[in-house]
Amino acid sequence: LDDLLQGFILEGFFSHCIMTQDELNFIVKLPCLLGSWFMVLICCFQVNTLSKQLSSEFTDIMNEIWANEAVKSAVLISSKPGSFIAGADLDMIEACKTSQEVAQLSQEGQKMLEKIEQSPKPVVAAISGSCLGGGLELAIACHYRIATKEKKTVLATPEVLLGLLPGAGGTQRLPKMVGLPAAFDIMLTGRNIRADRAKKMGLVDQLVDPLGPGVKSPEARTIEYLEEVAIDFARGLANRTVSAKRSKGLMQKLTDYAMAVPFVRQQVYKTVENKVRKQTKGLYPAPLKIIETVKAGLDQGHDAGYLAESQNFGQLAVTKESKALLGLYRGQVYCKKNKFGTPQQEVKTLAVLGAGLMGAGIAQVSVDKGLKTILKDTAQQGLDRGQQQVFKGLNSKVKKKSLTSFERDSILSNLTGQLDYKGFEKADMVIEAVFEDINIKHKVLKEVEAVIPAHCVFASNTSALPISQIAAVSKRPEKVIGMHYFSPVDRMQLLEIITTDKTSQDTAASAVAVGLKQGKIVIVVKDGPGFYTTRCLGPMLAEVVRVLQEGTDPKKIDAISTAFGFPVGAATLIDEVGVDVATHVAEDLGKAFGERFGGGSIELFKLMVEKGFLGRKAGKGFYIYQEGVKNRSVNSGMDEILARFKLPAKPEVCTDEDIQMRLVTRFVNEAAMCLQEGILSSPVEGDIGAVFGLGFPPCLGGPFRYVDSYGAKQLVDKLRKYEAVYGSQFTPCQLLLDYANNPSKKFHQ
Amino acid sequence: GLPRSYRVFRGISSWSFFKLAGSLVNITSLLAVQPKSKKTLTKSGVKNIVVVEGVRIPFLQSGTSYADLMPHDLARAALQGLLNRTSVPREVVDYIVYGTVIQEVKTSNVAREAALGAGFSDKTPAHTVTMACISSNQAMTTGVGMIAAGQCDVVVAGGVELMSDVPIRHSRKMRKTMLTLNRAKTLGQKLSLLSKIRPDYFAPELPAVAEFSTSETMGHSADRLAAAFAVSRLEQDEYALRSHTLAKKAQDGGLLLDVVPFKVPGKDTVTKDNGIRPSSMEQMGKLKPAFVKPYGTVTAANSSFLTDGASAVLLMSEEKALAMGYKPKAYLRDFVYVSQDPKDQLLLGPTYATPKVLEKAGLTMADIDVFEFHEAFAGQILANLKAMDSDWFAQNYMGRKSKVGAPPLEKFNTWGGSLSLGHPFAATGCRLVMTTAHSLKKEGGQYGLVAACAAGGLPKCVLGP
Repeated sequence: LDDLLQGFILEGFFSHCIMTQDELNFIVKLPCLLGSWFMVLICCFQVNTLSKQLSSEFTDIMNEIWANEAVKSAVLISSKPGSFIAGADLDMIEACKTSQEVAQLSQEGQKMLEKIEQSPKPVVAAISGSCLGGGLELAIACHYRIATKEKKTVLATPEVLLGLLPGAGGTQRLPKMVGLPAAFDIMLTGRNIRADRAKKMGLVDQLVDPLGPGVKSPEARTIEYLEEVAIDFARGLANRTVSAKRSKGLMQKLTDYAMAVPFVRQQVYKTVENKVRKQTKGLYPAPLKIIETVKAGLDQGHDAGYLAESQNFGQLAVTKESKALLGLYRGQVYCKKNKFGTPQQEVKTLAVLGAGLMGAGIAQVSVDKGLKTILKDTAQQGLDRGQQQVFKGLNSKVKKKSLTSFERDSILSNLTGQLDYKGFEKADMVIEAVFEDINIKHKVLKEVEAVIPAHCVFASNTSALPISQIAAVSKRPEKVIGMHYFSPVDRMQLLEIITTDKTSQDTAASAVAVGLKQGKIVIVVKDGPGFYTTRCLGPMLAEVVRVLQEGTDPKKIDAISTAFGFPVGAATLIDEVGVDVATHVAEDLGKAFGERFGGGSIELFKLMVEKGFLGRKAGKGFYIYQEGVKNRSVNSGMDEILARFKLPAKPEVCTDEDIQMRLVTRFVNEAAMCLQEGILSSPVEGDIGAVFGLGFPPCLGGPFRYVDSYGAKQLVDKLRKYEAVYGSQFTPCQLLLDYANNPSKKFHQ
Repeated sequence: GLPRSYRVFRGISSWSFFKLAGSLVNITSLLAVQPKSKKTLTKSGVKNIVVVEGVRIPFLQSGTSYADLMPHDLARAALQGLLNRTSVPREVVDYIVYGTVIQEVKTSNVAREAALGAGFSDKTPAHTVTMACISSNQAMTTGVGMIAAGQCDVVVAGGVELMSDVPIRHSRKMRKTMLTLNRAKTLGQKLSLLSKIRPDYFAPELPAVAEFSTSETMGHSADRLAAAFAVSRLEQDEYALRSHTLAKKAQDGGLLLDVVPFKVPGKDTVTKDNGIRPSSMEQMGKLKPAFVKPYGTVTAANSSFLTDGASAVLLMSEEKALAMGYKPKAYLRDFVYVSQDPKDQLLLGPTYATPKVLEKAGLTMADIDVFEFHEAFAGQILANLKAMDSDWFAQNYMGRKSKVGAPPLEKFNTWGGSLSLGHPFAATGCRLVMTTAHSLKKEGGQYGLVAACAAGGLPKCVLGP
C-alpha cells in the first residue's frame, strides 16, 4: 500500500515537485493516510533558509493541498537536523540593489504566509531546532505549533540584530498572538526563546519531550516522534477534536483588554519608544521602525500594517547600519571556524594558573563545556575566591533555570582547585592567567614545563606582554601561544589568539579549538606589543586622557562616547580596565611605539594609582563605586589631579563631534596600522575584534567597515586636521592613505 | 482516597528503575537429583545459598485496609507470617535485613522495630537498606553476602512500603526558624524570630515526586521510554490487561502461595491482593494520559498503582537448611546490579542486566524456564522487550555484538505482575523471587530469572538454580 500510495501521490498530484535532488527545496514526504481519504500531508524542508524558489514552490503546494479533497490537513517539518527554518536567505536580501526590490521580497513572503494562514485546511508546524526570523514567521502563520523541548530548539526574531525587522508578517501576527508587550520584547531584543518559555508565552501550542535511545538514535527517533505527534494533532484539528484556540491566562486576558484601549496602547508605544531611544541613542533605526510598523497595523488596520512592514523592511535593508550588522554577523560566522584545522590531539584536560578574575572566568567557560579543568593558585584564599566565582557563575544559570542544580554540581565535579602541580602531567593545555609581570610569567612557564607532557600547549593570557618575550625562556617555543581573554570572561564573546613566529600550526589549531569549544568568537593575530585589541585601545585611551586634561569632565566624555555608539563610556572603560593595568599597558606600549601613543600624560594615571584610584575594583577611579548604588557619582578626589595636569583646550578641535572623532580616528588609524603591519590577517577579524572585544560601535560594523562607510579620504582629512593641532599621533598610516587615494578601494567588497 | 491518577503519579515518581534481573531458581530439590542435561551452577569454594521460604501479606491499594497502620506494623505481620509458616526457632535467625523506600522517620531502622515486635530475639541485629524499587532485592543480596562470607547461617530478608502515609515536612525555612527557636533564650529573641515567619513558610514539602538528578517523574520517563521504542497505547493497554487477567487467574487458582493472611487491628482479616481488576480494552482506552498530556500513552490503567505491603524471605546456607530438615524452595545462584543514564535509560535496567547475569552464570535465554520481571509500567516492560530484541540497541548502547533476545511471553510473568498485584516499592523484590520459585515448581522448570528496575537507574539480577 505504501508503494502504491507513494506512486499515486508523487506522480499524480505533486509531480512538479519531482525534480533532481539538488533542485529540491522541500519534498512532500509520503503522506499519512488515516482511513480512506483522510490524508495528512507531510511537507519536509530540505533547506534551512527561506528563499524565493522555496516560496514559489510552497505556494504551488498550498494550492494543491486546497484542491485535493483527500488532504484534510498538513504538517510542516524540516529534514535538516538542528533547524526548522533558521531564517530568510540573507544572500537573497543582500543581492537586492534598491529598497523597492527588498520590499518586493517582503511582500512575496507576506503573500506566501498569508496563503497558509488563510488555508481552510489546518497546517501544523513541527519545530525542532532553530526556528528563527522567517522561520518563526512561517511557524506563526500556521494554525498550530508543536516544538521539541530541547536546548537546541529556540525561537526568535533576530532581524533587529541585523538592523532589519520581521518582514513576512511577523510584526503583524506576533502582537496578536502573544500580546503587545511580549511582542515588543521578542522583536526589539531578538533574544532566543526556549521551547518551554515559548509555550508559556503562547508562541507554541504543544511541547514534545526529546526521547532517549530506542531502536534508533535519540535524534532520529525524536524527529520521527515529533512528526507522529504533529500528524495526530493535524488530524485532530481537521476533525475538530482539537481546538487551535488557546486558553489565555488571566494576565494575558487583562493585558489584551488593556491593549484594546487606544489610549493605553499609545502609552505603551511611548514608553517603549523612549526606552529604545535611550538605549540606542538613536543610532539604530530598526527598533524604531519595528514600533512604527506594529503601530501601523494595530491603529490603521491590516493593509496599512502589511504595507508598512514591507516598506520599512525595504528601507532598513539598505541602511548602512544594517549592512554593518550583517557584516558583523558574517564575520562572526567566519570567526567560529578553525582555519588551522583539527589539532592532532584534542584538549581534554585543561589547567588554568591563577584563580583571579580572569583565571576563574576561563575555568568557568571551560568546565561547563565538559573540559576537565584544574584551577591552580598559589594561595588558598585566592583559590577559594576563584572557585566561588565559578560556582556563582554557574549558580546564576540555575537561578535563571537554564541549568539544573544537578547539572551544576555535575559540571563542578570536573573542576579541581589546587595549590600544587599535581595532575599537570595529564594536562593537554595550560593557560596561565597570573599577574602581568614578565618575571612571574617566566617563572611559571619554567615551573610548568617541568611537569607537563610533551604535547601540552602553554598559553598565556596577557593583554599586552609580547608572547615571544614570554616564550623566550621556553624549551619548546613552538608550543607557546597567547590567548587573550576579555573580562568578564563568561560574558565577553571575544578571544584573541596570538601566534609568534615559532608557534606551530598545530598549537594554533589546538588553541582555536579550545576557544571555539568555550563558545568564543576567535580572532588570530600576530605577536607584537599590545597585539591587536590592546594596541587599538591604547591611542584612544591616551586621547581620552588628553581630553580630560583639556577640562572635559568624565561624565561628559562618557556621554559623548556613548552617543557615538560605544556601549561603555570612555572614562568608565578606564575604571573597568583598572587604572593600574592601563598605566602598565600605556607605559609598555609607549616605549614600543613612541609618539604615536602620546597625547595624554601618563603621569596623570600614575598619580591616580598613587592615590589608590584604581577604578571599579578599588571602589574609586574617575567615579565612586558603591555596592548597590546605581547612579555613581564623580570622584571629587580627581578634581585636584585633573587640575594639576590641566592643559589649555584648543577650541578649533573641541566640539563634541571633534572629541568623538579624535577618539575614533586614533582607534581606526591604529587598527589600519595593525593590518598594514600584518598583525591582523584580515579586516574581518579586525572588525570582529574591535566590536566584540572593545565595544567599537556595532552600528558602524567595526573600524574597517567604518572606513568604508565614512570614506577613507574623509577620515584621513580629519586625521590631518588633528595632526596639524596635536602632532604626529594623528598621522594617518600608509594603508589609510592608499585607500584615501583610491576611492574604489574598500576593505569589505 | 486520592484519585487513582494522582496515586499513580505519586507512586511512580518516588521510585525509579530497578532491575533485579534474574533469580535463577532451581526447584528440583537437591543437587543430587539435577537432570543431567542441565548444568549445575554450584561454584567451588562458595556456599550454596537457599531460599527456605518466603511470604508476603496481601498487597493492597494504598488508602485501603492498611491506611491507619505504620510501616513496621506491615513488616511485623510479614515476619510473623514467615515464622508461622516455617516454624523456624527465633533464636536461630542470625540477622535481619529489611528494605524500604519512603522512610517513616520515627522508625528509621524499620527492620529492628518490626523484628522486636514480631518476637524475634532482642539479641538479633537488624538493619535497613534502601535502593528504590529493588530495596528488598538489596536486602536479600545483603543476606546472601553475609552467609557467603561466613558471617551468618540464617538471615531473614524482606521489604516494606506504606504509601498510605508518607512524611510531609515543613518547608526548609520553617524548619530553620523552628530549630533556631529552640536556641533562642529570651522572650524578645523568640518573638523576633516568630515575627519573621511569613505565609509561604507554611507551604508543606511533599516527598520528592521526581528523580532528584533529572527532576523528571517516573511516569513521564516511562512515557518517553515507550515513545522512544514506539510502543503504542494499544500495546500498553493490552499488556496491562494481560497482567490483570493472569493475576486474576493465579489468584483464583490459588497459585499465589506466598500470600499470608493479616488480621488488621480493628478491621477484618485481609486474605488477598485487592488491586487485581481485569478491565476491558474499551474502558482502558477511555483514560486520559496521566503524565505527557494530552498526547502521551502512559495512563493510570497501564501503570502500577500505589500500594501498601510487606514481604519476607528466610535465607540459609544449604548446609544449615538441610541440617535443620528444610527442603529449600530455591537456590539463589547469581545476581548482577547494573546502572545507566538516569534520564533516558532509567527504566531499561532489565535489558542491561539480563545478558550480564546469564553470561556470569554460563546460561542462555533458552535455559530459563521462568521469567519474572518487575512491571512498573506496561510501556516500560514492552520497551525492555523491544530493546532486548534489538541488535541496534545491543551494538550501540550495550557494547554487545548482538541482541540477547526477548523472553518468550509464555514463560514471562505468567501469574501477573506489579501492574496487577501491586507494587509496594521495597516489598516487590521478595515477591518476584517467591513467585519464580513457586512457578518453577509448578511448571517443573529448573532456572528462573528475576529482573527489576529502580530509581537512579540501578537494576539488578538474581539467579538461582
